[in-house]
Amino acid sequence: MNIVLERRLERARWAVVIVPIASFLLALIFGAVLLLAFGINPLQAYRVMVSGSLGDQYALTETLVKAIPLILTGLAVAIAFRMLFWNIGAEGQLAMGGIGASYVALFLSDSLPDPLTIPVMILMGMLAGALWALIPALLKAYLEVNEILTTLMMNYIAILLVEYLYLGPWRDPEGYGFPGSAPFPQEALLPRLWGRVHLGIIFAVLAAFIIWLIMNRSQWGYEIRLIGENPRAAKYAGIDAKRNMVLVMLLSGALSGLAGMAEVSGIARRLYQGLTVGYGFTAIIVAWMANLNPWGVVFVGAFMGALTVGGDQLQVAMGIPAAVSSVLQGAILFFVLGGWVFINYRIRILGSGKQKQAGEVNE
Amino acid sequence: MNEAMIVSLLTITIRAGVSLLYATLGEIFTERSGILNLGVEGIMMMGAATAFAVAFHSDSAWLGLGVAMLVGAMMSFMHAFLTITLRADQVVTGLALTLFGTGLASFMGQRLGPGGETMVGLQGPVFPRIPIPVLEDIPILGPSMFNQDVLAYALYLLLPLMWFYLHKTQPGLHLRAVGDNPAAADVLGVPVKLSRYLYTIFGGCLMGLAGAHLSMAYLQGWAQNITGGRGWIAIALVIFATWNPLRAAVGALLFGGINALQFRLQAAGTTIPASFLNMMPYFFTILVLVLITWGESVRKHLGAPAALGTPYIREEKH
Amino acid sequence: MGESENSYAIQMQGVTKRFPGVVANKEVDLSVERGHVHALLGENGAGKSTLMNVLAGLYQQDEGQIFIFGEPVDIQSPKDAIELGIGMVHQHFMLVESLTVAENVILGLYPTGLVINKKEVKQDLRDLADSYHLNVDLDAYIWQLSVGEQQRVEILKLLYRGAKILILDEPTAVLTPQEADQLIEILHKMASEGKTIIFITHKLHEVMDFSDRVSVLRDGEMIDTRVTSETTKNELAKLMVGREVLFDFQERDHEKGDVVLEVENLKALSDKGLPALKGVSFEVRAGEIVAVAGVAGNGQRELAEAITGLRRVQDGKIWIRGKDITKESPWQVIKAGLSHIPGDRIGRGLVPNLPISDNLVMKVYRKPPISNGPFIDYQRVEGFSERLVDAFNIITPSVKTNARLLSGGNQQKVVLAREIDASSGALVAVNPSRGLDIGATEAVRKTLLEQRDQGAAILLISGELEEVMQLADRIFVIYEGEFMGELDREEAAVEEIGLMMAGEKRERRTDEISQSSGGQ
Repeated sequence: MNIVLERRLERARWAVVIVPIASFLLALIFGAVLLLAFGINPLQAYRVMVSGSLGDQYALTETLVKAIPLILTGLAVAIAFRMLFWNIGAEGQLAMGGIGASYVALFLSDSLPDPLTIPVMILMGMLAGALWALIPALLKAYLEVNEILTTLMMNYIAILLVEYLYLGPWRDPEGYGFPGSAPFPQEALLPRLWGRVHLGIIFAVLAAFIIWLIMNRSQWGYEIRLIGENPRAAKYAGIDAKRNMVLVMLLSGALSGLAGMAEVSGIARRLYQGLTVGYGFTAIIVAWMANLNPWGVVFVGAFMGALTVGGDQLQVAMGIPAAVSSVLQGAILFFVLGGWVFINYRIRILGSGKQKQAGEVNE
Repeated sequence: MNEAMIVSLLTITIRAGVSLLYATLGEIFTERSGILNLGVEGIMMMGAATAFAVAFHSDSAWLGLGVAMLVGAMMSFMHAFLTITLRADQVVTGLALTLFGTGLASFMGQRLGPGGETMVGLQGPVFPRIPIPVLEDIPILGPSMFNQDVLAYALYLLLPLMWFYLHKTQPGLHLRAVGDNPAAADVLGVPVKLSRYLYTIFGGCLMGLAGAHLSMAYLQGWAQNITGGRGWIAIALVIFATWNPLRAAVGALLFGGINALQFRLQAAGTTIPASFLNMMPYFFTILVLVLITWGESVRKHLGAPAALGTPYIREEKH
Repeated sequence: MGESENSYAIQMQGVTKRFPGVVANKEVDLSVERGHVHALLGENGAGKSTLMNVLAGLYQQDEGQIFIFGEPVDIQSPKDAIELGIGMVHQHFMLVESLTVAENVILGLYPTGLVINKKEVKQDLRDLADSYHLNVDLDAYIWQLSVGEQQRVEILKLLYRGAKILILDEPTAVLTPQEADQLIEILHKMASEGKTIIFITHKLHEVMDFSDRVSVLRDGEMIDTRVTSETTKNELAKLMVGREVLFDFQERDHEKGDVVLEVENLKALSDKGLPALKGVSFEVRAGEIVAVAGVAGNGQRELAEAITGLRRVQDGKIWIRGKDITKESPWQVIKAGLSHIPGDRIGRGLVPNLPISDNLVMKVYRKPPISNGPFIDYQRVEGFSERLVDAFNIITPSVKTNARLLSGGNQQKVVLAREIDASSGALVAVNPSRGLDIGATEAVRKTLLEQRDQGAAILLISGELEEVMQLADRIFVIYEGEFMGELDREEAAVEEIGLMMAGEKRERRTDEISQSSGGQ
């Protein structure tokens, strides 16, 4: 008796819908088992998570607050992945964006007219993120250096740089030992719209729209699609992969940089440790689960935001480490990855003997 | 620089390099079979956490080590199952493993201390340094190489064994074939799927061991970010070593040396801020990557494993 | 039953093999006698490779029985096949490049054994190789060997495992005529020692020259088996195709115009950095098809890529209608009006996971009316695609279907449609009908001829001599990066071209040709 996987000619429609849902449920079950193992009542825990993320107005706003950077970095990762450029560096690019924006807020805001402060911060944030992404892009495009490792290493360097700055030269002189920069002046703060939800939510939705426009309606998006699906054909069609690699990464870095700017300006209102909490890594899950689709990223980003907030609430209300939400996120991703099999393959149970994979009939 | 300083530097270099080398060797064997496992960081974290927790509560370092290796095996088995049997994308699966592993390790780190509290700051059983008589009297090399812990000594023996295995034995031949041209190996009856499972799991064991070494020998305790990216550096080292165990040792020594330098400079009260010192390994990883990749395109075909391109991207057989 | 007196090495009865969407073998009966050289003849898609893959254990038949030397057998894996004495040399060699010849040969043989006893093994191998004239350096790495040498390693692998039945899939496809002769000599030696040889081919002359028996497959069915000495090429061709084969297309009047594509002393390197193109010169006029014939691997790929901007030119020049495009990028070449039908259809010419419409606009998406500022007007894309699908008779459920789902023939039509539409009368076509069945091949060749009649200048690079003879007005033969000679269609004889393909003979020198050609 042998179970064999046979590649489908077309994706199974039912699976595309069922798989994410089933994965989520399975991950919940897994999480429940884990919690039980530590003597925690899973139902209670999940209830706390749900109420903490969606239960009331405060919860909802907090969810959106977390969603903003997740959506922006999710978009950043998605367009890079579309071109098969494995940008694992969103975290670092976000950090650099935070640094760039902080620099303006702390040192340039006096010399700038008030209404210009935020636009300049946005610009600097995006520029810093873009430049940070440029280095691995150039290394890959012209020297063929593996981008997974370079973007990753740049993360660590950026995080350490942030640390250096807020502990060292940019430390708040009146901070009384609290590790962080001085608070930003009023004109450097993104206005809040609802609870702590700040203008960044507009950025996020706008960015999703722009990315959608680029990918689905523009020539550039067509070229990115081609490069991602068949780089050799793209070259044959006259598309310059190197140039595109650099441009896409500049955009990707800029988006993450924007997320960083939004965080320091809208939430933290200073540069401090809480900037680099892993949005850039969660963004990878967001992008993947959204199937690299910009509107999917919005939806999944909000969902992941809810999960994160739920995890925080779990810590506050029940003393359970917030890390449980990243465990859940990882578990969901695992199940989704495993579930993809059903989308692309059909399972066949054969009689005796082994059967090799059917290839192209080409003799 | 007097002799004592050299010895001290060398000792730290080797100590720092042990866990890195174990992880690198584990990944080498995994990649040689054709599977890319990006979950090293997650597995190492879990290895460090479980080793320490188990050792602490059972008062046995060896038990902690054993459990850590088991955990490593289980995690890499998951990776193997997802990528080999369920044909999931190897890159994303590895990343998921890292995210999952670091999250779970962090969770455990906060809950597995006595009374369900944090493990930070605890002191548990360790693998102490055991000087080897006679050998430790060799000038310079003696006190540094032969005043290490058991795991380091095991590594000294493991390295030549691994080289021999790869190049002089039949199973080693099979391994090299499977990663380079699985279709060819398969046709001749070499069990490709099984090999990949086995080597991935074996690799995971070594990665778990590497993590255990961190929390029970090198750093002797638990900290939130105990691996600090070593898992990723190990992956870079695999490329640096061109999938060759002996060259991996050289690479691990190099990075161990950078670690040692960090300590030395810090201890000497340097004016360079700690953050910048901590950046060194990551910066050097990038440098190393650029140099080897650049060098390779200049050197053209080495006859060395072209395994990187073939199995990972076009892994469609079985 | 008298197994030991059974003169048949192989008997396949009622073998049926299905794949998703197609029946590759339909109740095939095949009997091969011991010690024979048996040819399996058929067009692409006839089911020859599939049938042999069943025999070699790579596939398992859905129905039917197999007897080896009279015994019923159940072959479930290549290992089973080898234990029965059956070995197969595939079109794409199954060798591990980073290992040596000796290591490849012994791979998988002693799974539990520890240390490899190199000396003993190598001595055995050397003896074996010598007895069959298989010259090859046992310590060389596979990537260092030529294609012919690699093939010998494959054969050695099988012999070392005691193969009594050897199956070779299109063995001469990648060999020069000289190497092919050497191979045939080796095969005959093996046959005379009692080994049974089956070779798969679609080349009639090979069948006639080398085999004792020939079985013809068509569309998955076994048509007939003949004694080679008692049949003719025409008879076999008819069986193969099911109808009278037109070996000549009707000659139509066409005029040659100005020079469209001109190449002078073109030099380029191969991927490994060695000289692949050593200075070729020629020109193609409007309204003519110039063919470059030759065995694959003699610089054709580099020639096509150099002309279309996909490969750096070391020396020499290329002009399109007087415009120097030598150093231009692929996009510039496309803009200059030169289209390219690549030899690698799936790898280069199409994006299989995207819809046909995306594939069809690959060359025109930057130009209005498809483009609209920085955007693409997808409605126009759809209209454009539908127009091309109609004009070129591409069979597809819709223009939004993924290219991957089309048949090979229709995929090639997509490429053709796109390239012809985008070209302004200049076309480079590389192996345009490779891997296509008879119907699709005919359609493709007819289309090229039509384009020529409408005034297009076509450079045809093809390893298929039949294709060259059918389509070309002038023929160059390339060997090791140089042109061996130029022939006009009327004077071209297959034997002469074959000799040139093997580097045996040179026609007039090519620079004399460029002075004497022109005007007809």
